[in-house]
Amino acid sequence: MGNKTPLYQCHLDAGARIVDFAGWDMPINYGSQITEHEAVRGDAGMFDVSHMTVVDVSGAQAKAYLQNLLANDVARLGVQGKALYSCMLNQQGGVIDDLIVYFLRDNFYRVVINSATREKDLAWLASQAEGFADLNIRFRDDVAMIAVQGPHAIDKAIPLFAEHQQQALRQLARFQGVEFDDCFVARTGYTGEDGFEILMLKEQIAGMWDRLLAAGVAPCGLGARDTLRLEAGMNLYGSDMDETTSPLESGLSWTIAMSDARAFIGREALEAQQAAGVAQRFVGLVLLDKGVLRNHLKVVTEQGDGEITSGSYSPTLQKSIAMARIPVGVSGQVEVEMRNKLLKAEIVKLPFVREGKSMLINEGENV
Amino acid sequence: MSEVPADLKFLSSHEWVLVEDGVATVGVSDHAQELLGDLVYVELPEAGSVVSAGDSVGVIESVKAASDTYAPISGEIIEVNADLEDSPERINVDPYGDGWMYKMSLEDVEELENLLDAEAYTDSIADDE
Repeated sequence: MGNKTPLYQCHLDAGARIVDFAGWDMPINYGSQITEHEAVRGDAGMFDVSHMTVVDVSGAQAKAYLQNLLANDVARLGVQGKALYSCMLNQQGGVIDDLIVYFLRDNFYRVVINSATREKDLAWLASQAEGFADLNIRFRDDVAMIAVQGPHAIDKAIPLFAEHQQQALRQLARFQGVEFDDCFVARTGYTGEDGFEILMLKEQIAGMWDRLLAAGVAPCGLGARDTLRLEAGMNLYGSDMDETTSPLESGLSWTIAMSDARAFIGREALEAQQAAGVAQRFVGLVLLDKGVLRNHLKVVTEQGDGEITSGSYSPTLQKSIAMARIPVGVSGQVEVEMRNKLLKAEIVKLPFVREGKSMLINEGENV
Repeated sequence: MSEVPADLKFLSSHEWVLVEDGVATVGVSDHAQELLGDLVYVELPEAGSVVSAGDSVGVIESVKAASDTYAPISGEIIEVNADLEDSPERINVDPYGDGWMYKMSLEDVEELENLLDAEAYTDSIADDE
């Protein structure tokens, strides 16, 4: 028996197949993963993401603490409610976790980190707090979260909020959140579609789930969440990067703020890597032959071997796709070793899909 | 609970066999398709190939995972279900009907004794249900 979110009974009621996910009993699907995937691409779907870890960081030194802790710079968060994606690195430049940080108000930030990494992350956050006197780090185990995603997600969700909240939600910009008395809503997600992530007290979340269900939002499991994020070219911690890989070889260079002199954990290691030259790069692959690309399959190139970090089937493209780490300098086609055969795959730009549409172009072609 | 038709024989690796007039039709069970989820690719043996019981003769892949399929008996592959190439989801929709994988000749009737009957197969999957 694993940990259960406050929506566990809702999942059973909706016919979920439950699996263990990092110690949590979570829905993998409610019948068909592909149908759920298509609901998010074409209409609206919702995910229980209450297993994610929410941490509030506050105090006069909250900003300075986060600027030292994160590879991206929270000073970029000028507007109240704004969200920033960042990696949290170790001294060697490896990724301890990836996260979203919201700037809620002066001296108050909300950080959402992964569930599988909860214990080590919380320990790391505490260990790096030394020297910051006016700092409060609060793990919010009193809240739960639903992600409602898809082209119709916002239209279906807004009427479920109180009237005075609806106006603010209609005006909410992308990658921006808004705090109400009883909940926090952000226009963020992990699917490549528009939508909200809704944070509420645990005892209130099932009511929101039921209202979304009644509004025609389809329950979607972790299976669809994975194919959606893969199509959207979004990294998954533990698969696409971990403590042994740097963001520079994980397609995450864009999340590192190094243009000024700001000191942050891992910066020296990243600078050393840049000076020495990064040996591998992170790419998208589309399988040209038949089969399905899987995590850890070997990528064979003329310049040496690479590895698939996330592979699956894309319901939108109806092809197998993957993200992979391959030697720098390889372009065009590569081969993937599968069941003692070499299959052909094409290198493409990420993402594969955005807002329901194929983004497939081969590298070298102009957009 | 998944469906386990009483007139079929099974392998513990979830293949089913229906024997009619010396021909064995082979597919995968309802339980297996439920475990795998949406199927997106099926690799079948070639018609005309001769296989032995227990040989790995193909692969079925869902969004989630790949799974080898094994020949339940020895014989020649007579016919394969070519519709599965474009519509592997037939296995999800109708595992004991439209989702059949291939037909093979039955060379040794005694090999059927090694297979599970519906009751034994139901017991073998009870832990997963």
